Amino acid sequence: MPDQMTPLAVTAYTASSAIGHGLAAQLDALRQARSGLRPNDFSSAPLACWIGRVAGLEDAPLPPAHAAWECRNNRLAWLGLNQDGFLDRVRAARARYGADRVALLLGTSTASIGATEAAYRRLDADGGFADADLQMPALHAPHSLAAFVAAALTLTGPCLTVSTACSSGAKVFASAERMIRLGLVDAAVVGGVDTLCDSVLFGFNALELVSAAPCRPFDAARDGISIGEAAGFALLERIETAPAAPRLLGYGEASDAHHMSTPHPHGLGAELALRDALARAGLAPAQVDYINLHGTASLKNDEVEAALLARMFPARTRASSTKGYTGHTLGAAGIIEAAIALQAIEHGFVPGNLGGDTPDPGCGPQFAWANEQQRVEVALSNSFGFGGNNACLAFARAGFAA
Amino acid sequence: MTPLQVYVEGIGLWSPQLADFAALRMLLDGATPAPPPARPTATALPPNERRRAPESVLLAVEVAGQAVAMSGRDAATLACVFASSHGDQAITDYMCATLAQAPAELSPIRFHNSVHNAPAGYWTIATGCHAPSTAVAAQRASFGAGLLEAVSQALAGQRPVLLVCSDSGGSGPLAEVTGCGQSFGCALVLAPQAGPASVARLSLSTLSGYGAAAALPAPLDAWRDANASASALALLQLLARGHGRCQLPAAAALGLDLGVEAVA
Repeated sequence: MPDQMTPLAVTAYTASSAIGHGLAAQLDALRQARSGLRPNDFSSAPLACWIGRVAGLEDAPLPPAHAAWECRNNRLAWLGLNQDGFLDRVRAARARYGADRVALLLGTSTASIGATEAAYRRLDADGGFADADLQMPALHAPHSLAAFVAAALTLTGPCLTVSTACSSGAKVFASAERMIRLGLVDAAVVGGVDTLCDSVLFGFNALELVSAAPCRPFDAARDGISIGEAAGFALLERIETAPAAPRLLGYGEASDAHHMSTPHPHGLGAELALRDALARAGLAPAQVDYINLHGTASLKNDEVEAALLARMFPARTRASSTKGYTGHTLGAAGIIEAAIALQAIEHGFVPGNLGGDTPDPGCGPQFAWANEQQRVEVALSNSFGFGGNNACLAFARAGFAA
Repeated sequence: MTPLQVYVEGIGLWSPQLADFAALRMLLDGATPAPPPARPTATALPPNERRRAPESVLLAVEVAGQAVAMSGRDAATLACVFASSHGDQAITDYMCATLAQAPAELSPIRFHNSVHNAPAGYWTIATGCHAPSTAVAAQRASFGAGLLEAVSQALAGQRPVLLVCSDSGGSGPLAEVTGCGQSFGCALVLAPQAGPASVARLSLSTLSGYGAAAALPAPLDAWRDANASASALALLQLLARGHGRCQLPAAAALGLDLGVEAVA
């Protein structure tokens, strides 16, 4: 087990998804139990499913200075950066520490693959990319998101794309903690952005993992995921600089070593990640007030995760999946759900597990099926991905001592 | 900053011209090493997985297996960082072409092989590794950025880490924009402390305002131009010679200053 780590301050954070732009809209949708899912009106060919589509992106081009990065994923990144005063907080960190002393670590599953898909729909007569697409090589690579955000934020320090499918947006917190601890940087912008695209809609559909109805996490009759898109960011600094800010208390990462697209039947990697996060945070399971679950509404994930929850936590720990609100936002899920965990701490609010009208019998007493109002000192967020890639984050209120 | 220090315990290498790290040594000594078979053998994978795995996975597993064998470590215990600038370009090309013509016919296997962490997934499954694994990208700086992540993990976690950086050759319209025409992969096993398997001490510090990469001797320079992961050749040639200094890109405007010293 790892040693307990020195917590980091989460000095700013923001989230934008199908339930709204920014934290106030997100909290309002959660409080009103208002899902952002709607019938699929996005894919280039019809596909009967529900999606979590962010409103307004079609009418929100990048500013002219960033036109070379124009694509839906970077539009969503820019929209996300412009919420909750986040840009100003990054500018202040850049001024305080220097542009090369702030790391930029972003998770994404497919980055701007939508732009590559579009280029393939309009190939030249000779079968190659059209001239306009040839002129934007940086868009046709997995690093396009982080490269754009680095340019937009004028950050010149370490800059990394983490792409471990659906755990990407959580693992960036772990990379940031290591770099700050080693003195490579003084602060880190972490986050994740993924946008709807044909690759994921038709890809998950080919794997028979997509529901034709709005997803129902942990429901006995659940029959698959709903795919969403989102952008979220957080700024991490040492706690001495912001003693009143909420804290990243710990993180855990582990591999299933089982199957490329099916979780380990006993949640082995998920449990290892969870226990690692608790050890780094110096927490016992009974000290955890709220867990934002991965809860995708796939048959297997929810079965394995519900069993893990039931065997590790007391009944007083509250838990829910919020994918019934946002859909599964893939590489952004880690950061969006970290933001929900942080809002649970900030507002004393446990969001209900939307869509679980007939709870699966494997679910224990920890599930918050409807919204609950209660003080939350410690909140966890689970993120599990293809390839058996698991991550767990632990957050706490300012001043919390394990 | 005080330079970070790690110990290199294993080195893996594969390209159409070089079967392993020993072949690079031969080349630098003026000999002509025999080229490897057209496809990496990737013996760490069980035969059925080897048949199913895409080329990008075979390449990453091949170099990972070489480096771990040289280190004498148990692969199941090693945290791993898999870096790649473009992932599997052949699959991306297949997916985008299929989606443009008949999206409902997309292959489920090719889709799950398309994730950037497919090599990490195949590797951890084949070796029974439950340690943390990650998959990263940083355009032309993927090797340097992956090295920084791997060194961070080794020193912050005080544990040995396997770094793999590989890109398989492109095909179709996509290859026109990636400029990545031939395969190249390499791997390092890095440990926080010196041990019986240490072959070199690596010191690393970051450099702000990094510009263009330094020249490499032929034919290494052309190989580097043909594959983003081959920026690693600047470090690999120092490891082959046993000592020296070089600089590598780690981000658009950030470099790594690397020093290699032999371990007595």
